[in-house]
Amino acid sequence: MIKELATANGSLRNGFGDALVELGNLNSKVVVITADLKESTRATTFAERFPERFFDVGVAEQNMMGVAAGLAQEGFIPFCTSFAVFNPGRNWDQLRVSVCYDNANVKIIGAHAGLTAGGDGATHLGLEDLAITRVLPNLVVLAPADIHETRMATLAAAAYAGPVYIRFGRSDEPIIFKPGEQFSIGKAKVMREGRDIALYTTGSMLAPTLAAAAYLDSNKVKAAVIHFPTVKPLDKTTAIEYARQTKAVVTVEEHQVDGGFGSAISEVLSENWPVPLKRMGVNNTFGETGSPVELRRKHKLQSSDIAAAAVKLLLKHR
Amino acid sequence: MTIYTLEKKAYHIREQVIKMLLAAKSGHAAGSLGVADIMTALYFRYLNHQPKKPDWEGRDRFILSCGHLVPVWYATLAEAGYFDQAQLTGLRQFGSKLQGHPKRGLLPGVENTGGPLGQGVSQAVGRALAARLLKAKYRIVCLMSDGEQQEGQVWEALMTASKYKLSNLTFIVDRNNIQIDGHTEDIMPLEPLRAKYEAFGLEVLEVDGHNIKAILDCLSQAEATYEKPTIIMAHTIAGKGVSFMEQEPNWHGRAPNKEEALRALQQLRTLEGRIEHD
Repeated sequence: MIKELATANGSLRNGFGDALVELGNLNSKVVVITADLKESTRATTFAERFPERFFDVGVAEQNMMGVAAGLAQEGFIPFCTSFAVFNPGRNWDQLRVSVCYDNANVKIIGAHAGLTAGGDGATHLGLEDLAITRVLPNLVVLAPADIHETRMATLAAAAYAGPVYIRFGRSDEPIIFKPGEQFSIGKAKVMREGRDIALYTTGSMLAPTLAAAAYLDSNKVKAAVIHFPTVKPLDKTTAIEYARQTKAVVTVEEHQVDGGFGSAISEVLSENWPVPLKRMGVNNTFGETGSPVELRRKHKLQSSDIAAAAVKLLLKHR
Repeated sequence: MTIYTLEKKAYHIREQVIKMLLAAKSGHAAGSLGVADIMTALYFRYLNHQPKKPDWEGRDRFILSCGHLVPVWYATLAEAGYFDQAQLTGLRQFGSKLQGHPKRGLLPGVENTGGPLGQGVSQAVGRALAARLLKAKYRIVCLMSDGEQQEGQVWEALMTASKYKLSNLTFIVDRNNIQIDGHTEDIMPLEPLRAKYEAFGLEVLEVDGHNIKAILDCLSQAEATYEKPTIIMAHTIAGKGVSFMEQEPNWHGRAPNKEEALRALQQLRTLEGRIEHD
């Protein structure tokens, strides 16, 4: 068994909720709308502190997105929050037309993304949100990895003029970054250098990918780890650069492998610098009830799976 | 401007719509003609606006939720002086700012981006919430089609307007009883529509959608209603002013050919035969 990162855990949702309160204090134009998921998306503190700028529209995600667009048209910066399966899953048409086509300054929060909705099962596991958001013109798509990065991504989204989607999961994840970690939309982060293979990851998969790289290192395989907290616009320069240096790439995401982050990397590399590539993620199947650990084990998204996939890819192409 | 002058203006706007659709060879004829009196009442009497200052903060906001009626919006805006009438024939043409459905920011006066039905209703609710936060005095008017009422999003938005007591928001529904596949009550019955709106907490007014004076009275009455949004059910004749288009679902989503356009223009220029053709 691979040793996981020796670090405390933190809730990405709390990172988001903390940032919301900061934004509420800093900018009177920031408003929050939720579709009956105030507490689950950690909008509660904002709602208590700024009740006049908080709107709960009930279980009506399509309307939520449209109301957000209307507020944005008058200069407000609305954050609309729900689970990723509903927001943008259920209101994609409203996201497409009222927000993205209009280039409205709306921030869309997809919580419980990935395999972390636990007992709720397949219906509530957000595994397609990256695919349906990264296809939309004008939209920025962010997938931060830990509590601090989620906070900084939220602040960066508010400062950016235009629509932004942020996804994060329900579970606590290892803390990797420092509080106040620099976050630049569109920039990948080189977490670890290595010449043999490059491991590209996004969102909550950063921690197991780093653990996999450490394990590979102890077995004389030098793996670079590149974290892409921005899925769109993708940092193509960095993606091409590390493919060129290492000659093989593994992508890791808590999402369907088709249409998501791994697909985005594949598109860039096949057009610019084709290398042997393995996409890791959920493989054309729905989820099910289970703990995040159980589900990540089943879908081969643990550090040992990532390390094994890297070795297999290297052996196949050496 | 007298009511008679407004009526004549509405007929002129209808003529423009026919010419635009003829040039475009596609577009929605019936609904555009049907709401010409409502649009005229709004833009030439009711709305507080400055066509030469389209972004003036104090303006009343008009949201067209049924984006397929955009030809009549373009024609009305041009008539009001927002942009040059010569642009109107660019409707639905490649490279034109007169997109087939409205896109905010392309043309002065076009307040919202829309087309997929129901979306403008939610945007109007967002606008009204924003006006309240800004403590602004302007009003928001949102025009919907009746077929649009089949979209669930409309009712989500109406619930929200009611919850937040958005008395600064007036909805108008173009009740012409037709939609693209046929008559609304055959395709998916809406009645009892008034009772539904009342049950959703709205103040409901009903009006002859071709009686400009009555439309203006309703718009004023909506302003005097506190604590809840108002919806005006405007009973209209789809294709109003062109006999062969009136009440014909076939004309919901099509444009006239040259011969049809000539007949339509003749009827419109004579105010449906009430005056001699010049």
